[in-house]
Amino acid sequence: MHEKTLAELSQALQSKTLSSVELTQHYLTRIEQFDGELNSYITVSPELALRQAAAADEVIAKGEASALTGIPLAHKDLFCTQGLRTSCGSKMLDNFISPYESTVTQRFIDAGAVTLGKTNLDEFAMGSSTESSFYGPTRNPWDTERVPGGSSGGSAAAIAARLCAAATGTDTGGSIRQPAGFTALTGLKPTYGRVSRWGMIAYASSLDQGGPMARTAEDCALMLQVMAGFDEKDSTSVDQPVDNYSASLNDSLKGLRIGLPKEYFASGLDAATADAIDAAVKQFQALGAEVKEISLPNAELAIPAYYVIAPAEASSNLSRFDGVRFGYRCDNPADLTDLYKRSRGEGFGAEVKRRIMVGAYALSAGYYDAYYLQAQKIRRLIKNDFMAAYEQVDVILCPTSPTPAFKIGEKIDDPVSLYLTDIYTITANLAGVPGIALPAGFANGLPLGMQLLGPYFSEARLLNIAHQYQQVTDWHQRAPAGY
Amino acid sequence: MSLDRTDVEKIAHLARIAISDDEIPATTAKLSGILDLIDKMQAVDTDGVAPLAHPLETTQRLRPDAVTESNHRDDYQTIAPATESGLYLVPKVIE
Amino acid sequence: MQWEIVIGLEIHAQLTTASKIFSGSATAFGAEPNTQASLIDLGMPGTLPVLNAQAVRKAVKFGLAIDAEIGMTNVFARKNYFYPDLPKGYQTSQMDHPIVGKGYLDITLEDGTVKRVGVTRAHLEEDAGKSLHEDFQGMSGIDLNRAGTPLLEIVSEPDMRSAKEAVAYAKTIHSLVRYLGICDGNMAEGSLRCDCNVSIRPKGQAEFGTRCEIKNVNSFRFIEKAINTEVQRQIELIEDGGKVVQETRLYDPNKDETRSMRSKEEANDYRYFPCPDLLPVVLEPAFLEEVRAELPELPQQKRERFESEFGLSTYDASVLSAQRELADYFEEVQRVCGDAKLAANWVMGELSSLLNKADLDIEQSPVSAAQLGGMILRIKDNTISGKIAKMVFEALANGEGDSADVIIAAKGLKQVTDSGAIEAMLDEVLATNAEQVEQYRAAEEAKRGKMFGFFVGQAMKASKGKANPQQVNELLRKKLDS
Repeated sequence: MHEKTLAELSQALQSKTLSSVELTQHYLTRIEQFDGELNSYITVSPELALRQAAAADEVIAKGEASALTGIPLAHKDLFCTQGLRTSCGSKMLDNFISPYESTVTQRFIDAGAVTLGKTNLDEFAMGSSTESSFYGPTRNPWDTERVPGGSSGGSAAAIAARLCAAATGTDTGGSIRQPAGFTALTGLKPTYGRVSRWGMIAYASSLDQGGPMARTAEDCALMLQVMAGFDEKDSTSVDQPVDNYSASLNDSLKGLRIGLPKEYFASGLDAATADAIDAAVKQFQALGAEVKEISLPNAELAIPAYYVIAPAEASSNLSRFDGVRFGYRCDNPADLTDLYKRSRGEGFGAEVKRRIMVGAYALSAGYYDAYYLQAQKIRRLIKNDFMAAYEQVDVILCPTSPTPAFKIGEKIDDPVSLYLTDIYTITANLAGVPGIALPAGFANGLPLGMQLLGPYFSEARLLNIAHQYQQVTDWHQRAPAGY
Repeated sequence: MSLDRTDVEKIAHLARIAISDDEIPATTAKLSGILDLIDKMQAVDTDGVAPLAHPLETTQRLRPDAVTESNHRDDYQTIAPATESGLYLVPKVIE
Repeated sequence: MQWEIVIGLEIHAQLTTASKIFSGSATAFGAEPNTQASLIDLGMPGTLPVLNAQAVRKAVKFGLAIDAEIGMTNVFARKNYFYPDLPKGYQTSQMDHPIVGKGYLDITLEDGTVKRVGVTRAHLEEDAGKSLHEDFQGMSGIDLNRAGTPLLEIVSEPDMRSAKEAVAYAKTIHSLVRYLGICDGNMAEGSLRCDCNVSIRPKGQAEFGTRCEIKNVNSFRFIEKAINTEVQRQIELIEDGGKVVQETRLYDPNKDETRSMRSKEEANDYRYFPCPDLLPVVLEPAFLEEVRAELPELPQQKRERFESEFGLSTYDASVLSAQRELADYFEEVQRVCGDAKLAANWVMGELSSLLNKADLDIEQSPVSAAQLGGMILRIKDNTISGKIAKMVFEALANGEGDSADVIIAAKGLKQVTDSGAIEAMLDEVLATNAEQVEQYRAAEEAKRGKMFGFFVGQAMKASKGKANPQQVNELLRKKLDS
């Protein structure tokens, strides 16, 4: 039954050819069987899952089910889940049993979905490989020597290995799209403000956005339908009606204008990925789209600007982890300063500490204008680039990352080389525009990803385009061997 | 922009992060590398460009002034490292 | 050397909202520790702030009252520092774009002169929690009930030149925020707190000296003492060849000294940046007009009206207008009795001393404005004398009757104005004191004054104070001098 997509499972549950308890038990068994090696989950919650599944079966029996009722999902372990450990992949929160529920997970509970557990991630979502987790690296089911991408690598690996039907992720600089690309999944980063951030532990508040990860665009549409919407608890949540994402999946692509940013196809892009995108371009043309070259002239500034803005916000967001009210506290602090320094020094991992320090430096007296303010100005330039591009085209097509999944350990000691892997994804976060990643092919058995970026609130259109592509390709149907 | 040992010690203190003597050289090198990457921004002329803090440039919504929270102290303090008589305990605060 | 003192004040006024600035927790004072600390106030991971509309409204009210520029787009920023009473490791405040910009206040000094003091800005921010230093096995206890209470930080220009001016300014702010109904002004509970920036410079020098900030001075008396003590310290330091170091100091009222706050010394790189969890607050002109229409008559306007409409002295007018409730009381007394001067005298005299002695607010006065006004009417129509009025007032205060009339009637205090009756009574007094009458008549003119007083006293005593004193005087004189 794990071969089925979320949409197919939903039908099976509602036609009662399958019960949620059976399905949930099946996934739990698979997790038991495969996750020892993959390490995609930090916490598995069998009791909660089976309880929710039983309740879902009752709802289905009453004929009151919605699309997600009884569907076993996994949540990235930075969505707060009441009564369940919410670790952010950090020693700092290893003992943190969340006293409240995030809006996103609450919406899934309300929709009747089942929580299998919490997935692994780069510590506090700071990374692109899921190697910096306190709970050890997650392995890519397509090649267990390789990373699944990050930071939502646990969710990606779990879906790819069929250890859940779909999962939530968060995307601050590409953390949904890049792992989706590395594991042949579909993942959507919504418009900033479309999905509530309440209870989603912040990395960089003005960039973070939660979104769905699944095998198909159709599944992502069902997931996003639950996640999206205004939340009065989040000041940056946008009060705007939510589209019906499934309704427009089958719209024609005739006359769709697709732009290829020339800056994204310059040096540094892996040849196989470039070829895969060429092939995709032809597919889209065959579907009736017009494709033309466009320019995002400030794209190369995205990484420097991002690595100021994100660490700056992070340095402040992570100040609350001080060993006083929750989380890790060092043993026998000599005084207050010692309590802070050792709790944070021992509780945070190396990459988190680096980003906090970069951020503190960028905001400190004498450097603010040169770093933070300059980065915000560049952010404006990048947003302007997108706005100008969307005058000419409806969506932008580009790779998700310069190369397929790299080996575990390959970049761990060289943060800068790891940062550069986000080169194609970061711009969308800076501009706040939505993007969907989807599989575009394989090279040497490794998935190749591409992404479509659209104007604000164009999620329905992006899902439609991805779905149409998936009607004429089968990359998304492939499964890693052995799972 | 390359940092030296004193810079790193200063930043670590500002961020309240303990850093041992043997960690300093590697940290200094890595932070300097990151700052080199960031410094590519400095070449761009951004005169007259307004900084962008939020992508959507919308405005703050206001909440009606109503008390909606009740006391959950016991729940919230079960995850606290040290409490007594309803207070969070910390090493003595010196003013 | 002649030194000039330069003082600027930062006043933190807790805004009287029901809930906190960014959360739905109650702001009530005195609750059990941490029972009013929600997920947001505790800085729990993943929580987010949403701004309280009343905090914005009250800040704007203040801005309009001091004729300030209003920040039509104002922005919250994070002030980053680590302190146990600051749960998020930053204080959400406003930096470059405060809600209230430049404005001013006119303050009345003791000699009646009016001085204009500039207000640099006023911004919204969240209050911190409290560290309790009672010994918990050598630890401090943190109570976060106060964390997130809305504050308006009002920053003055360094326009004050003496501790007395600083106190006058602080009192004016205190009076204003209470008038506006934006802060209860309770300094003992910390609803209004004051940081004093103090420096000195040789008289005539244009540049400012190095300033010290005295934190959290919580009474008007201490503001004056703390500033004077600090000024003295700085003068002695400089005159001994030392230098003032810019730092934060704490005033210790027990020792009457200021001392350096070690804990705040190093925390000077606050790394302000716009809060990414909050969006710019944009105010509409129509909103400003709506708030402006709600503004009450302000203390200064009231003072001026009391002077022009009632002919009160500047001093009386400023005392009576300093507190809205007192001003309202006075005006009601005036309305009932139609005599502003008598009303002012009674309110500032007997009534104030009664309230002071009993430690009561004007709202708790045992004598209502209508009662006091009614009593003054009886003074005016000669039903009672001023002296008897004091007895009536006391009886009113003790609840011996609902009105002056009831008490006058019940106690038979009505003044005797029948000259026949007074004459008969005087004849009796003079007969009883025939010896003194002889002495009086024999005495020289110069000595008669004092002796005359004796007869008045006897006469009033005989009438139990009820005889009209003016008539007693006139008739006595006639009888003795004839």
